[in-house]
Amino acid sequence: MKFNRLVLACAAGLALCSVTARAQLTVEITGAGANRLPVAIADFTGERIVAQALASVVRADLERSGLFRLVDAGAALADSATPPFEDLKTRGADAVVGGSVVPGADGRYETRVRLSDVPKQTVLGNPAYLHSGAQLRATAHRIADFIYEKLTGEPGVFSTRIAYVVKSTGRYELKIADADGANDQAALASREPIISPAWSPDGSKLAYVSFEAKKPVVYVHDLASGRRHVAANFKGSNSAPAWSPDGKQLAVVLTKDGGSQLYLVNADGSGVTRIATSSGIDTEPRWSPDAHFIYFTSDRGGSPQIYRVASSGGAAERVTFEGSYNVTPRPSPDGKSLAFIARSSNGRFQLALMDLATKQTQILTDSAKDESPSFAPNGRMILYATEIGGRGVLAAVSSDGRVKQKLSVQAADVREPAWGPLVR
Amino acid sequence: MRTPRLVVLSALTLLLAACGSQPPAPEQAASGVESRTPGAVAVESAPVTQVKPETFDAGGIAALKDPRSPLSKRSVYFDYDSYVVKDEFQSLLTAHGKFLSANQKMKMLIQGNADERGSREYNLALGQKRAEAVKKALALLGAREDQIEAVSLGEEKPACTASGEECWAKNRRGDMLYTGEF
Repeated sequence: MKFNRLVLACAAGLALCSVTARAQLTVEITGAGANRLPVAIADFTGERIVAQALASVVRADLERSGLFRLVDAGAALADSATPPFEDLKTRGADAVVGGSVVPGADGRYETRVRLSDVPKQTVLGNPAYLHSGAQLRATAHRIADFIYEKLTGEPGVFSTRIAYVVKSTGRYELKIADADGANDQAALASREPIISPAWSPDGSKLAYVSFEAKKPVVYVHDLASGRRHVAANFKGSNSAPAWSPDGKQLAVVLTKDGGSQLYLVNADGSGVTRIATSSGIDTEPRWSPDAHFIYFTSDRGGSPQIYRVASSGGAAERVTFEGSYNVTPRPSPDGKSLAFIARSSNGRFQLALMDLATKQTQILTDSAKDESPSFAPNGRMILYATEIGGRGVLAAVSSDGRVKQKLSVQAADVREPAWGPLVR
Repeated sequence: MRTPRLVVLSALTLLLAACGSQPPAPEQAASGVESRTPGAVAVESAPVTQVKPETFDAGGIAALKDPRSPLSKRSVYFDYDSYVVKDEFQSLLTAHGKFLSANQKMKMLIQGNADERGSREYNLALGQKRAEAVKKALALLGAREDQIEAVSLGEEKPACTASGEECWAKNRRGDMLYTGEF
């Protein structure tokens, strides 16, 4: 229980948790989009240190997305000031952001920003945020989300969190970090493996598989309280949890009746029912976002392929046909495409993306040991695990294959990424 | 006066160190109920170990740890992407099946494993298939269903951590653990 208290202390907003700061995930951009939008994020005026920190996190967020090219704004710009449009036009900026930070009486800050369209010389938005010093990064991510959404028309994911597992010698940690790798906190540490973390749709819980009982058992872990309960621990193995879109049920793989088969269980562990039946392996269930289908991996046809079954039951329908090994299906948030891992004819395991309407499939990476893809909640990027130089790292690639990032931790293996939902 | 104090200190340090590193009491194995059904175990079918002329308790629990007994061998190895028990392991499984049948109080946990290639969850399922193939073979030889639990560790607990077929072959296996060993 000591451990839970530590997590709580970290969660309570102590800016630096020295225990974990050392092992922070660093993000490296290794590829960018073709047509990046030129945007100038000016230095904000007012409370100098806070203003500088805010603007630099906003810039880093936008740059990392691969969709923006940062243009030097020339000088600081308050939200209330009219931007120097002619100058910005010569600098090549299509949009500009100014801002100001004013300290309030209660030790909090009031930050106002203004996003303007440079060619049209119009204001696109003027939001304000009230925040403490500890909420600085979170505020910057919300500003970046606002800019991203206004300029691209899709929600930004800078305020979201990711979960992943870090393996160091004899130790496994289930970690939660901001989408930019900052503020990592360990939700669980164990001497036995932890795999398959899955976020509840509201982002408050993680389901995962832990081997602490010398066999795989599915747990549901409440992140704010650190409390957890067993969701599936039947005779045999229990694994591959997937949340239903309404957050009430989990699809799980149980072997209680012989063979790895798909079942539904309520999130509290009650009410087990079977979804599909085969004589082979059925595993890796994942709901379609509209809750109509459950995609899964099965070797019922002789080799592991992806199938789907109506969540109300019925016959399974095969989805992948090319190649002899297609696994780990992950429907995109809009339900139109499917990310999965395909084994190529020369034995490489690569992240693939299928358009579900046309069945056209594109290989998105040139690596060889890709695993566990996870969509950003806006569908723009796919986070996955891979190996570089014999070490487990996380990588992200945009669904058009252009933007690429690498996320790694010094001297440890990182694996099993899961991108959390949008926070509202 | 320096030396004695140093000695006392050293002794104290040693004592403390000894206390600190005291291992926890070993977990007790289930009480040693030895069922000595005559002829329960086919010692002559040992696949690897050469049976030495001196006799040993072939049917008892001690045989599980006796390197001369086939019962001390606990691993069954599989081909890539396969969960078929190969013929070379039949005699080993016969020894364990008969032991379980003769020692009904003994329980067994079979942990299936897979090599690192491919999906972790699919490998978990593959390890489960391997564990169940071992379980099925033991059941055919007289072990009871409620004596055995087949589980999988997937690719998570490799016996060998390098990459390459030599290592992967060691990781595609089912391990048999008896009461007190898990």
